Amino acid sequence: MTSRPELKAPPEVFYNDEEARKYTSSSRIIEIQAQLSERALELLALPDDGVPKLLLDIGCGSGLSGETLTESGHQWIGFDISLSMLDVALEREAEGDLILGDMGQGLGVRPGVIDGAISISAVQWLCNADKSCHEPRKRLKSFFESLYRCLARGARAVFQVYPENLAQRELILGYAMRAGFAGGVVVDFPHSTKRRKEYLVLTCGPPSLSSATPKAKGEDEESCSDEESSGDEENQTVSISDRHRPRKKQKLNKKVKGREWVLRKKEQMRRKGNAVPLDTKYTARKRKAGF
Amino acid sequence: MRLLTHNMLSSNIKGVTNGFPLRIEVEKVVEKSVDFNPDFLKNMFAKIEYKALVEASRIMGYAELPDHAEPSMLESDDFLRKFHHALMELHLEEGTLVCPETGRKFPVNKGVPNMLLHEDEV
Repeated sequence: MTSRPELKAPPEVFYNDEEARKYTSSSRIIEIQAQLSERALELLALPDDGVPKLLLDIGCGSGLSGETLTESGHQWIGFDISLSMLDVALEREAEGDLILGDMGQGLGVRPGVIDGAISISAVQWLCNADKSCHEPRKRLKSFFESLYRCLARGARAVFQVYPENLAQRELILGYAMRAGFAGGVVVDFPHSTKRRKEYLVLTCGPPSLSSATPKAKGEDEESCSDEESSGDEENQTVSISDRHRPRKKQKLNKKVKGREWVLRKKEQMRRKGNAVPLDTKYTARKRKAGF
Repeated sequence: MRLLTHNMLSSNIKGVTNGFPLRIEVEKVVEKSVDFNPDFLKNMFAKIEYKALVEASRIMGYAELPDHAEPSMLESDDFLRKFHHALMELHLEEGTLVCPETGRKFPVNKGVPNMLLHEDEV
């Protein structure tokens, strides 16, 4: 079982020249990063008006995620703490401007000028106390406050994260909310260990229809037909719509199985060749409570 | 680093009330051509601190940008082209960004500004 990079060394040490090169020459990593970036961009829900936006790529590293932003026609400014990774980004001629900086020190970007922010596999590094002067909470606070400030009203921030555990995820979310963000967590493919990916989707501004937590992928894998996909079975999204009263994590109940579903299942069984009672007016009728 | 980015950055040092704009000390400027996109420029115009942009572009060696600009000037293709050139095509490759309040210098190498703060500045 590979250990987490976050437990090995601080990011500017872990991502040295050798690691940076290894990271960026692995076709597997490149592909994964591209997928994650595309999904993050999708979750960013930028208006489809053909006007390029100004985005932040936090923890842009060697520019893999930035490439996705450029390909979608947007302008971006990237932040990273590892000079080695940024050097690789320069080599790869990343289109966005790169800044060597520590997100935990605050972004230093002017208020209200950014149209959206993404971060791929980076924000969880904030939870580490790598130096004696580091206080993760102070850093999380600094980061989220400065991010909230620089985003335009209604802009979103989407972070793909690898939290070590639930406590870490709650910590990150907590500081985001305290800074004024609304939003929640989207978990794609929650049941697959390999494919499971978590995205923090945060909005800047009052909660509205557009800030409702987007639908996660991969929940429908076990359901029997496409019609049920809107039924949100085993939904794993955590909604935090009111920053002052955070709702505890809710697991939505399975939708009550209607007559439609029962009839479909019976048809399936018949096709398999099982002995199934005939469909009558009594099929899937609500029974008395004591049944 | 383009002037677009310079226009967005402010000094993050603890205690600084007005860290914008960062003064530019030029050592090397590079001009890179970027696709001209009027929609993007019009969008950005509202967010840009125009005065800071004009000053910065003069320091970088480009004097074509008019001192003042009104939104109505965005209709003129001529102005848009100059705006585009100053905002997107002038790159500070080597130099320094200086905090206007504390004088602290942030070096710029290969176009990448080093904004890492020391422990006592956070």
